[in-house]
Formats: sequence, C-alpha cells, structure tokens
Amino acid sequence: MDRDNVDTDAIIPQRWLITVSRNGLGKGLFGGWRYDDEGRPKPGFAMNLGAFQNARIILSRSNYGCGSSREHAVWAHLDYGILAVIASSFGPIFYDNALKNGLLPVVLPADQVAALMTQVNEAPGAACSVSLADNTVTGPDGRSYPFALDAVRRDLLLRGADDIAITLQMKDQIKRFQECQRLTSPWLE
Amino acid sequence: MGSARSLFDKIWDSHDVAMLPDGRHLIHIDRHLVHDLSSPQAFSGLREQGRGLISPHRTVAVADHMVPTLAGRTLACAVPGGAEMIGALEDNAREFGIDHYGMAHDRQGIVHVVAPELGMVVPGMTVVCGDSHTCTLGALGAWAWGIGTSEVEHVLATQTLVMRRPDAARLTLSGVMQPGLSAKDLALYVLREIGVHGKGMGFLELAGELVGGLSMEGRLTLCNLGIEAGARAAVIAPDDVTLEYLAAVRPDLSGSVQAQAAMRGLRSDEGARYEQELALDVALDSPQMTWGINPSQVVGLHEPLPSLETAQEGHMRDRLRAAYRYMGLEPGRPLAGTPVQRVFIGSCTNGRLSDLEDAARLIAGRKVAPSVQALVVPGSKAVKRAAERQGLDKVFRDAGFRWGEPGCSMCVGMNGDYVRPGERSVSTTNRNFEGRQGPGARTHLASPASAAAAAIAGVITDHRELA
Repeated sequence: MDRDNVDTDAIIPQRWLITVSRNGLGKGLFGGWRYDDEGRPKPGFAMNLGAFQNARIILSRSNYGCGSSREHAVWAHLDYGILAVIASSFGPIFYDNALKNGLLPVVLPADQVAALMTQVNEAPGAACSVSLADNTVTGPDGRSYPFALDAVRRDLLLRGADDIAITLQMKDQIKRFQECQRLTSPWLE
Repeated sequence: MGSARSLFDKIWDSHDVAMLPDGRHLIHIDRHLVHDLSSPQAFSGLREQGRGLISPHRTVAVADHMVPTLAGRTLACAVPGGAEMIGALEDNAREFGIDHYGMAHDRQGIVHVVAPELGMVVPGMTVVCGDSHTCTLGALGAWAWGIGTSEVEHVLATQTLVMRRPDAARLTLSGVMQPGLSAKDLALYVLREIGVHGKGMGFLELAGELVGGLSMEGRLTLCNLGIEAGARAAVIAPDDVTLEYLAAVRPDLSGSVQAQAAMRGLRSDEGARYEQELALDVALDSPQMTWGINPSQVVGLHEPLPSLETAQEGHMRDRLRAAYRYMGLEPGRPLAGTPVQRVFIGSCTNGRLSDLEDAARLIAGRKVAPSVQALVVPGSKAVKRAAERQGLDKVFRDAGFRWGEPGCSMCVGMNGDYVRPGERSVSTTNRNFEGRQGPGARTHLASPASAAAAAIAGVITDHRELA
C-alpha cells in the first residue's frame, strides 16, 4: 500500500461497517479501492494482483490507520488474513486497536520502509517475514530489520492475555479509588 | 508536592488508580459515552464473558451515527442494517442499566454535542468514547479521548483503562485573526502548519491568547480537529469562559467553593514541563479550506493550490497527484470560483447554535444556487429547538436548504445522507478522506460561513465578499 496516511475510512469504508458483529469484515477491507461501482475487482489495485493474493503482511508508508477510531479496520485485516502491518508510523488509535486484537503493527524508520517498498515493487510477491519472537522483519533481500515494541504489550500479544481479566483482579482497588474520589471531588462522578 | 506540574500531570495524578506489576497504569474513567456504531461488539463481549458494569451511572448511551435526519423519522427510515444497530444500543442500555438518549429522546443529538449541553463533562474529568472526535470535549478542561471497541468493553467492565503514561505536548497559539474568520478557519490553519503528524501526542494542551479569546463553542470546534493533527486528546485549561459555560449547564456546581477552587487550579504551574512545546504565530487573513484528501491539505481561498514541485520525494509527489486526481483540481489555481454541488452544515465540528447562526446571517434573504443541494443538520435537539426559536429554520428553508433532524448525517455518510460520486461538497465536517461522505465524494472542509457562501454562490466564495 505505497502511500502515506492510509486512513481507516479507506481501510474499511462506511457501507461495510453496518453490522453488530466482528466477523465477515474482510470482504470490505480496502473496499473502495478494491471494487468498482458494480462490485467487480479493480484490476490495478495491489490486493487484486496475483502476486499479492494471500498476502499476510501489509507494507505502507507513514501514518497508517489514521482517522476514525473504528476497530472494524483492525477486524477487517484479521478477517482477511493479514497478520502484520509494517509502516513508518501509525494513527494512535489504530495502533492500540491492532495490539488489542493480535494484529502486529511494526514501526520501521522511513528509509527502511522505502528500501522494502522498492524491493516489493521490483519483485511483486517476494517473500518478506515478520517475527515477533525476535522482533525482526526479514526483507526479500534476506536482510533483517529490527523493530521496537513495548515489552509488556509484546508479552500480552504472545500470550493472548485478556486485559479485562487482569484488571478485574484489582476491582477492590478501583472501588476504593471511587469512594475516595466521591469524598474529595464528588463533581467528577 | 513542591515541583511544578502541568495540566496533564494534575489530571493524570488524580486518576492513577494503581500501577500494574508490568509497569502499566490503571487510569480511572469518570465518564464513558457510547454510541450506536462502536459499541454493539463491546456489549456482546461482556455478555459472552458474563460480565457486568461496575459504574453504570457513569455511562451514557447516545444514538447518532446511524440515525436518519428526515423530518418525522422512524426506525423504518434507517438504512438497511441501521435499525438493528440503533435497536442494539437501546436494548444494551436497558439490559445494563445505562441512561439512553435514543432517536426519539428530546435531548438526543451527536454525542460530542449532547455531552457538554447536558453537563456530563466538567473540568478535570477523564472522558472516553469509542469515537476519535471525543477530543472535542477537551474544550471543557477534561482529558477526553477516543478509544476502540475493545477499550469500550474494558471501560464498561472496569471503569478504567490500562495504559502507559502518554506523551504530552503544549501548543501555544498567538497572533491575529481578521474579523469574520472563525475557530474552524483557525483549526484548519493549525492543521496546515502542524500537519497530520500520526505520531503520538497523547495529550495536547492548547494555550495562548488566540485560544483564550475563543467562545466555548469555538473551543469545541478547535479541539474537535485535534485528532486530525495526531493528538489523541486536545485540552484547554479551564478559565472564566469555561466556568461561565458550566454555570449554565451545571448550576449545582456554582455553589461549591471546593469545586470552583479545584477547577481554577487546573492549569499548568509556572515552570511545568511538557515533552514537546510547540508555538504558532498565526496571521490569518482569509477563510481556510481543504483542497485535498486529508485535513492538512489546506489553503486560503485566494491562494494558488500547491504545485507538484513543492514535494521533495517522488512518492510525496505521487501523493499530491493522487489528491488532485481524486478532487478533480489542478495545481496553481485558487479554490475560489470552483463550482459546488453540495453543501452540508452540521456535525460535531460545526453543528452547534453559533455555527447555525453564522451561516444563517449570510443566508438570510438569499437563495441557494440552483446547482446546489444544501442540507443543515443541527447537532442536537436542543440546538434545533434554540435555532427554531430564533427562526433560523425558516431562514434556511426559505433559502432552499433541507432542515434535518439531529445526527452525524453527511459527516460520516452512514445514515442515508451522502454525496454522490464526483460531486463536490463544501462541508463543515472534519474529514475529507476519499469516500468519507460517500464513494467518490469530493469534500472540502470549511467554516459554516464558507459553506453558506458556497451554497448561495454555487461556487467556492470568500463569504466576506457576500456579507
């Protein structure tokens, strides 16, 4: 996805959001770019090219996932089968949403993203991999590109842990906080 | 204490419930707003896990994204699938004991318009909503930010969020704005100068004389666009303007010496530090409008559109070229004079009473150009009633506008109000992304006055030339 500012409206346009379910959103992934007005695949779009069919990684530029907070954008990636997105930066809400759902957002410096983009464009479909176990991206040239990820969030991702369950263990502390706030600043309730 | 604390430090410290063993913090959420688009999956998650709400009275449900705007609307007017989402919100609110402002409620409206009107947001609060424009509410001195559906579920179940301390920044706006220009022009100008960072400014304090000089409604507009600059929350420290506004919507707090003192104390101490300090000296002399496909692609109405040579790198040039192609525009020419087919006045950016007044002043006694379809949608039922008391509905209708029922409408294009492919729309909304107002829609973000002028002239026009 060789562009900056890929927004969540582009990732999943409005008409695919009309649902109360998390599932089935893959068909709307990049729907506006992927299909013409009659719903036929647009021939020039990357996802419709043979070389990129069954892709599991998206490579983009800067500010990927900016815009609306719709978590549907992340669910659509997962439903389609995308496991990781590599970009030089992300929209902050998309980044959080991705980690919470097990989609790996990988931040690499812009020059490394540009190098990968050149390789992928020159040899469409060339293999590229992302390893969460050792925090590296391996490009088509075989070179490793290390990336940083918050250690705690990496651990949660690897374990598939449920933040709500962890928090609910602290229910008593939350209740105590609320009682204290009620005494000191009741207008915040 | 001793050491100088920023506004952010103060709000963070007073909401830090505990530190988890892994170093993250549990932050208490004082107010949680939920709406029809981003909440159904969160409630399903709760139900599947057999979980309930800790503090249902801190949660408020408002139907806004999917609601139709037609006069006399019912659920039958909703787009296919919409009634199910609106109904799910109502059912979930009933099941979990949450106050619900549904389509028929006499205080219904867009969540970010309704929440301040009802006094649900006060200075020093933490406020979240599954909607990126929750940053709007920072105008009241609250730390308010948009979250995803998983986080909505987390807040419903625990009244907290787990997070690392976000980066905090302060942007000071000084300088001058010519008469007739509005908070929207200022917000667009800031986007043009700051760009769509996409890099975490988790908390952005907006400060400076230009900010202090804005009305509360102007501040809500300015903060609304904070997310478009990459700031998750945009917050203005409470001052006289804030407390006066609050006195009207929360008279119960006026008598509390303790509350008044606490709210007055919500400002950055002398010498307090932010991770980033930004300053912008503003010299705003003409209406601002977006020309491209992201909210930072902004120009003054008479300026030439940027040439492709302004982009250094090849892919940046491609990006400009793509924006021109999508918008059907050419570099070098000004926006003024470009024909328009649609005008929309409304949304959480500009659907408040002062916005409707600004537009109506220009429209009074005039007619919408025959080539234009124009729609005005008040941000809430309260705004609608107040406008009707002033006769603004008649002004708009007489000119040829459709006068809608409150909702998100043509901002997000999900409720049946949308712009047709290739049509050019001047809109008071917050996003001009490709397809945002409908597939192929060409959106120009603008102030209410600029939108009104475009409706009358049928082309993009400096409203000061009409006035």
